[in-house]
Amino acid sequence: MRMAELYPVGQAVEIGSLVFAAEDIVRFAADFDPQPFHLDAAAARRSLFGGLCASGWHSSAGWMKCFVPFWAGECRRLAAEGIDPPKLGPSPGFTGLRWLKPVFAGDTITYSVTLLASRPLASRPGRLINTILCAGANQHGEPVIRFESTVLEFA
Amino acid sequence: MTDALLTFEDFSPGRRFDFARRTLTADEIVAFAREFDPQPMHLDEQAGRASILGGLAASGWHTSAVMMRMLYEAYIRRAASEGSPGVDLMEWKRAVLAGDTLSGHCSVLEARVSRSRPEIGIVRFRAEVTNQRGELVAVCEFANMMRRRTAEGAGHAHG
Repeated sequence: MRMAELYPVGQAVEIGSLVFAAEDIVRFAADFDPQPFHLDAAAARRSLFGGLCASGWHSSAGWMKCFVPFWAGECRRLAAEGIDPPKLGPSPGFTGLRWLKPVFAGDTITYSVTLLASRPLASRPGRLINTILCAGANQHGEPVIRFESTVLEFA
Repeated sequence: MTDALLTFEDFSPGRRFDFARRTLTADEIVAFAREFDPQPMHLDEQAGRASILGGLAASGWHTSAVMMRMLYEAYIRRAASEGSPGVDLMEWKRAVLAGDTLSGHCSVLEARVSRSRPEIGIVRFRAEVTNQRGELVAVCEFANMMRRRTAEGAGHAHG
């Protein structure tokens, strides 16, 4: 079955939550984004952000960290219902990523996915391109991240 | 004596910053994937070869994070950066396989003073990441907020 047959266009589905512990924020930043406000609580308090906060690439990768087990669960659920799960391929990228608010140490981000559109790939019969809205909100319900991604589907 | 920080005024359109080369090992690819993107083609050589990626391939999020580190080393570490509001586009053009050596550059697309915060400017960049064969593996267009020189030194100076 295809994504568009299973997930109504425009309807957000929660895919999981992630707690951003200070040690995880610092470990990611030390590898990939060693700016002071991602590494050091005192420096972060003096910065525009006002506190230790995650690299935007960390909160972005957090979406994928939630999506992979969510999707595995969906595939198991569909198979148990006798439905052939959609076969998804790699993503060619994303657009319109906004880091709307900092993700501070201790924040819990709940991520979601919304199918926006699904269309056949004219150049490659048997393949579809799905456009999805990926988002995350903190424990106060404030949106912290959003981006639109494309995902290949094998029909 | 340390070099002065690069401020908004230093990022004129067309200015280019080259990335240092970095080889991505299978261990790094697998470690990142275990934490953030545990799909078979990012975890296992055999599964990677069987996939359309053609080998043990880095998660696109890993490639993006490595690009971030390259940006940091290329200019952010010596710039009056105030973070980024977001990324207009990120394209993963080609698989990054274990053992690939990445490099590339970023260049300034445009620079303008913030209307809401005149003490900073917003610089838009395009980054291109290439592999050891010169093939483009990732493209990213993003914005970076930079303090203006007038906001450095004496904070009370007129802009």
